[in-house]
Amino acid sequence: MSEISITKRVGSSLVGRAKHFFVQIGELSYFAGRFFREVFSPPFEFRELLRQCYQMGNRSLVLVGVTGFIIGLVMTLQTRPTLVQFGAVSWMPNMTGISIVREIGPVITALICAGRIASGIGAELGSMRVTEQIDAMEVSGTNPFKYLVVTRIVATTLMLPLLIVFGDLIALYGSAVVENLKGDVSFQLYFNTVFDALGFGDIIPATVKSFFFGFVIGLVGCFKGYYSKKGTAGVGIAANTAVVMASLLVFVVDFIAVFVSDIFYEL
Amino acid sequence: MTDDPTTYKHKDQEGVADRPLERKAVIRIRDVRKSFGDNHVLNGFDMDLYEGENLVVMGKSGSGKSVMIKCLVGLMLPDSGYIEVMGKEIATLDRHTLDELRSDIGFLFQGSALYDSMTVRENLEFPLRRHKEKLGTPSDTTALVMEALENVGLGRTIDLMPAELSGGMKRRIALARTLILKPKIILYDEPTSGLDPITAKEIIELMRNIQIKYNTSSLIITHDVDCARVIADRMVLLVDGINYAEGSYTELSQSTDPKVEAFFKK
Ligand SMILES: Nc1ncnc2c1ncn2[C@@H]1O[C@H](COP(=O)(O)OP(=O)(O)OP(=O)(O)O)[C@@H](O)[C@H]1O
Ligand SMILES: [Mg+2]
Repeated sequence: MSEISITKRVGSSLVGRAKHFFVQIGELSYFAGRFFREVFSPPFEFRELLRQCYQMGNRSLVLVGVTGFIIGLVMTLQTRPTLVQFGAVSWMPNMTGISIVREIGPVITALICAGRIASGIGAELGSMRVTEQIDAMEVSGTNPFKYLVVTRIVATTLMLPLLIVFGDLIALYGSAVVENLKGDVSFQLYFNTVFDALGFGDIIPATVKSFFFGFVIGLVGCFKGYYSKKGTAGVGIAANTAVVMASLLVFVVDFIAVFVSDIFYEL
Repeated sequence: MTDDPTTYKHKDQEGVADRPLERKAVIRIRDVRKSFGDNHVLNGFDMDLYEGENLVVMGKSGSGKSVMIKCLVGLMLPDSGYIEVMGKEIATLDRHTLDELRSDIGFLFQGSALYDSMTVRENLEFPLRRHKEKLGTPSDTTALVMEALENVGLGRTIDLMPAELSGGMKRRIALARTLILKPKIILYDEPTSGLDPITAKEIIELMRNIQIKYNTSSLIITHDVDCARVIADRMVLLVDGINYAEGSYTELSQSTDPKVEAFFKK
């Protein structure tokens, strides 16, 4: 095969993929639009919303805790020698505190939830679509979009910030453990220093973007599951592509959030 | 077609002498077309379902039976044509009226479609969420759920999950869920497919009992000739996307048209 035809084929497949990507973004935006239309109109499915919140929190808590702890621990262990070299080890709580709260905590937790929650929603709704459970809901007088989709997106939007705060605290605790063992800093001193170092400029943007992380994770999971293709293969694809797309969008949201808050705080 | 489409002279007049000759259509389908891309599934399908009858629709796998039945309850929209259920044209209804109408239509899905994250009780209570007022707002739904379960002979399963039930039990629970709102029309999408002959017979028996007990009109989709023989008052053969032949079981089974014969060959 000649080099030109290979280049051509790679080129045309790239064009195809780009097309597919933009079509998906368009459909996802339409789906989001439908969510905003339905979320404010009755009937509201409060019981299902609470059940979803509880399940999501319950399922992700341990995972978020363990990862947070390890991240805090490892980060402190890795940066400690450098700070010691510069005689700046007393800045440790400030540095870890700010980096965890502003960036690492939210993004790591969101990525874990993209893997855990978005794939779960994708698989669950996908199998409900394939086995006609969504159709059965529709004919029994319950709007499945409200009952399944709206509740899940609202639940992820509300739960992600809570999970992120939880993950941040555990990560800081992991970092404090290292400082306590290696640097003889008491937990109280460590946490006092961290909270002194954190300003509104760190906490507010981080909190705002947590809501958006939750929103895109729920949105993508529901979107992929709700429009899952027929057959059991469709369910697998829905779960898988939900994780990929949700993780990608977490980074996109993060980029936009950092960009916007940067402008905002420079004013 | 008769001039006034709401009345109808039964084709098989001798066999149904005790039935009134003028019958009211509860479902009317006229010239319905539906395609998926190049796949033309329904090509001008016509059909009526009359009050109190058991109408069997037969067709090959993939001939569009499920598509047709989904159009009846607004789960799919036909590309063109006219569908009327209990005097209301489906395509023109708003969400509220459509939901109201749907509470009078029971739909038994091909794969049972039980909600697998809910218990049997919650499955049966689900249709009651929106349509309680129809049954006079009983605060305790347990009695209703039990009645529906007793109808299908599965009272003991009330607290089980669908995953703990066999295929035949699932089908019966799904039937109970369909019956809980006491629908006037029941649409069965292959009620006996995937079941052994004995369980299939039980389901057919149940369907007949329900029809007698609640005087429902039933549309039954099946490829099971035995099922059709037992239950059909009238049959429609869906071939090439149209109502290819229509009549009683005896009439159709004696037909010499090769496409019709194919259905009855053993
Ligand atoms: N949502 C859909 N999108 C695209 N094509 C579809 C869709 N639903 C059905 N079809 C196509 O329509 C045709 C008829 O499907 P349908 O499910 O109505 O068949 P059926 O008569 O019910 O068959 P079976 O007896 O196997 O259930 C099939 O060729 C199917 O591929
Ligand atoms: Mg079918």
